[in-house]
Amino acid sequence: MAEDIKVIVFKLGTEEYGIEVDKVQTIERMMPITRVPKTYSFIKGVINLRGVVIPVIDLRGRFGIAEAEYTDQTRIIIVNVNEMEVGFIVDSANDVIDLNRASIDTPPEIVGGIKAKYLDGVAKIGEDRLLIMLNLSEVLNKSEIVQLESLEG
Amino acid sequence: MDMNQYLSMFIDESNDHLQSLNENMMGLEANPEDLGIVQVIFRSAHTLKGMAATMGFEDLASLTHQMENVLDLVRNNKLRMQDFIFDTLFKSLDALEAMVQDITAGGEGKADVTHIVASLQAIVRGEVPAAAGAAAEVTAAAAPAASSAPGALDEFQYSVLEQSIQEGHHVLYIDVAIRKDCQLKAVRAYMVFDLLERSGEVVKSFPSVQDIEQEKFDYGFSLYYITAKEASELESMIMNVSEIEKATAVALDSETLRQMSQAPAAAAAEAPPKEVPGEIQAQPAAPVPQAKAEAGKPAPARASGGAPSRTIRVDIERLDVLMNLFSELLIDRVRLEQLASEVQNSDLTETVEHMGRVSGDLQNIVMKLRMVQVDTVFNRFPRMVRDLAKSLDKKIDLVITGAETELDRTVIDEIGDPLVHLLRNAVDHGVENGKDRMAAGKPETGTVNLRAFHSGNHVFIEIEDDGAGINPQKIRQSAVKKGILSQEEAARYSDDEAIQLLFAPGFSTAEVISDVSGRGVGLDVVKSKIASLGGNVVVYSTMGKGTNFSVQLPLTLSIIAAMLIRLGSEKYAIPLSSIVETGIIKKTQIRQVHGSRMIEFRGSHIPLLSLSKFFAVADFDETTEDETEIVVVRKGERLVALAVQDFIGQNEIVIKNLGKYLPEVQGISGATILGDGQVALIIDPNAFIK
Repeated sequence: MAEDIKVIVFKLGTEEYGIEVDKVQTIERMMPITRVPKTYSFIKGVINLRGVVIPVIDLRGRFGIAEAEYTDQTRIIIVNVNEMEVGFIVDSANDVIDLNRASIDTPPEIVGGIKAKYLDGVAKIGEDRLLIMLNLSEVLNKSEIVQLESLEG
Repeated sequence: MDMNQYLSMFIDESNDHLQSLNENMMGLEANPEDLGIVQVIFRSAHTLKGMAATMGFEDLASLTHQMENVLDLVRNNKLRMQDFIFDTLFKSLDALEAMVQDITAGGEGKADVTHIVASLQAIVRGEVPAAAGAAAEVTAAAAPAASSAPGALDEFQYSVLEQSIQEGHHVLYIDVAIRKDCQLKAVRAYMVFDLLERSGEVVKSFPSVQDIEQEKFDYGFSLYYITAKEASELESMIMNVSEIEKATAVALDSETLRQMSQAPAAAAAEAPPKEVPGEIQAQPAAPVPQAKAEAGKPAPARASGGAPSRTIRVDIERLDVLMNLFSELLIDRVRLEQLASEVQNSDLTETVEHMGRVSGDLQNIVMKLRMVQVDTVFNRFPRMVRDLAKSLDKKIDLVITGAETELDRTVIDEIGDPLVHLLRNAVDHGVENGKDRMAAGKPETGTVNLRAFHSGNHVFIEIEDDGAGINPQKIRQSAVKKGILSQEEAARYSDDEAIQLLFAPGFSTAEVISDVSGRGVGLDVVKSKIASLGGNVVVYSTMGKGTNFSVQLPLTLSIIAAMLIRLGSEKYAIPLSSIVETGIIKKTQIRQVHGSRMIEFRGSHIPLLSLSKFFAVADFDETTEDETEIVVVRKGERLVALAVQDFIGQNEIVIKNLGKYLPEVQGISGATILGDGQVALIIDPNAFIK
């Protein structure tokens, strides 16, 4: 029997995504962001999180989905992966659920326009809810970003 | 009272002694006839030996002992210093250093030094046959066999004591009895030891120091002690420690020492504990009033206990915490100042201004706490240069000036390796070999100057040799060959620019790759290391005269004075240290030269750069303005004017990094948090000047 994990659920558009709770430091409301020039367009800038300067990424932009206006529901999820602290801007974050590892299936090639390598898997919760588990170290993988940029440029 | 307390003291002091040994050995090598230096070296070695033996680091003690034997012959004119003796002694120092490092890292300080010990013994035997017998005797005795009996002096300690007597020190046998109702006898014992260590040296104690610390003793202990003080004086000093029942100090001469050490070990071991309780019973009343009487006048006694230390050693991490807390305070101060200026209440403004002054002073102190003399880095260089010069068969003088210059600890920690590299370069590539120097009409001995000095908000460290200098033509050719430059580019470079190519990645001009330097991974690494410290390095060279590597370092890394500027809705900070001046120019003063915009500044033309364009600021464009505020910044000799929208003012800012995730951003060196909690980016002016 595989172990149970706690997962933070957030939304980008209509899709629901999950990040393991122990990788998340805090979830913040939208706050003033200082733009950092001359960097990737999906890096929105830096914020002051209680005295620490942390870069924030628009997760829509990172995955190549059209960016949306920020609303009351918009949240910044601060994650800590490989000793990097980064904030993700997401449409909303409002759920924590228990998930059994066994219920996570390997992802199909493309889910919601996101390449499979960014994904740990897809979990079916309830009748027709699908939760996409993110592979954070791939999402934050810089060498891949460089390739991506050079393709675009 | 655990061992660690002594241990850190021991490590610090050993390092000090090793450093002074190294320095004095260098001095002696320059002046082999100066017996005064030998005395100093001997004393250092002797103290080191004593400390090591007390702490139970036998290997360390026995190696120092062998060194002492050699030095002893030298200072008594029985042995002349020669090159191989120096080499052996230096090797011993290295071994000692390695042992102390091992101890620092939590090891036992054990090392296989039989080889060095053998060569030291060979020196003693081989050179002066008359001394051979004595040396052999001592070494045989130093073997651990004798130390197994707990009460007896081993031959090694015995020889230490005997030597001290011959040198005119007082050697005392001290018996200390602690009152029976004492709760923390180990603490009292420690206080006695501490007191004694201040005015002399404890050679041996019964029971052993470890046992005493673990309270594995009755109410008394005894010890052998070397000091300059009189026995009676010491007795009263010890009695001043509270809860001490009785202290007797007996001065020993060679004769009594011999008797005591030769007395059966068992008797010596058992005698003191037996004796002490007996004494307590016999005279229960007398010592108490005595102790009280002594306690009544503690002040003079304390004064005689040696001048208290004027410095304390503080854990570096605590300083860092202090620094961080202070940074937070600074941010709040700036915020308060903003609020006060909005509220316009004169009382509040006054208080905030006062707080500003106090925190300014506080900042100075906090910064000073973190300052360390560059000497802590420089002090290992003379030895390094000596070894290097020797292995390259060159004669080189290293002249150090400004070793007292202070730098932030974080910079000090990082600057060692780059400097080592530059020095090695100077010795290996800079200074020519003796023959070439003579041919060029220079003195055979080369000179490498290592200078440190303050200038403005920076500290400069220069490494200058009087060698052959750098041939710019050779650099150009080499750069073209390695594909760093094209032929045309190379031709356009001035000589000065050409030699800076030394710092280009993948550049090494050494024709022969030597053991010392020139492996091709070199100066570019040095440069990037120094740049990461917020510094810069340039090289000046005159053919035939020599080369000068000049390293510029910031005084501190964490708090700087900066000018805050506005670009549309964005705020940026420019370090004050690189600002030459600020001003306003009219549109008509801007000239188009060769496609780029220039302005006249103090008789010369300097480029005008649009910050808003460079950073792609959406809501500001200075070209629509008739008058533009400019900030003139400098990098070395070159100037550039940056067009901005507004000056906000000057502020102390705390430098924070942008986080690991962000790639290096061109033109930005970090971020800071403003009084209103917003993040402002810090501009790196160096990025605008190529």
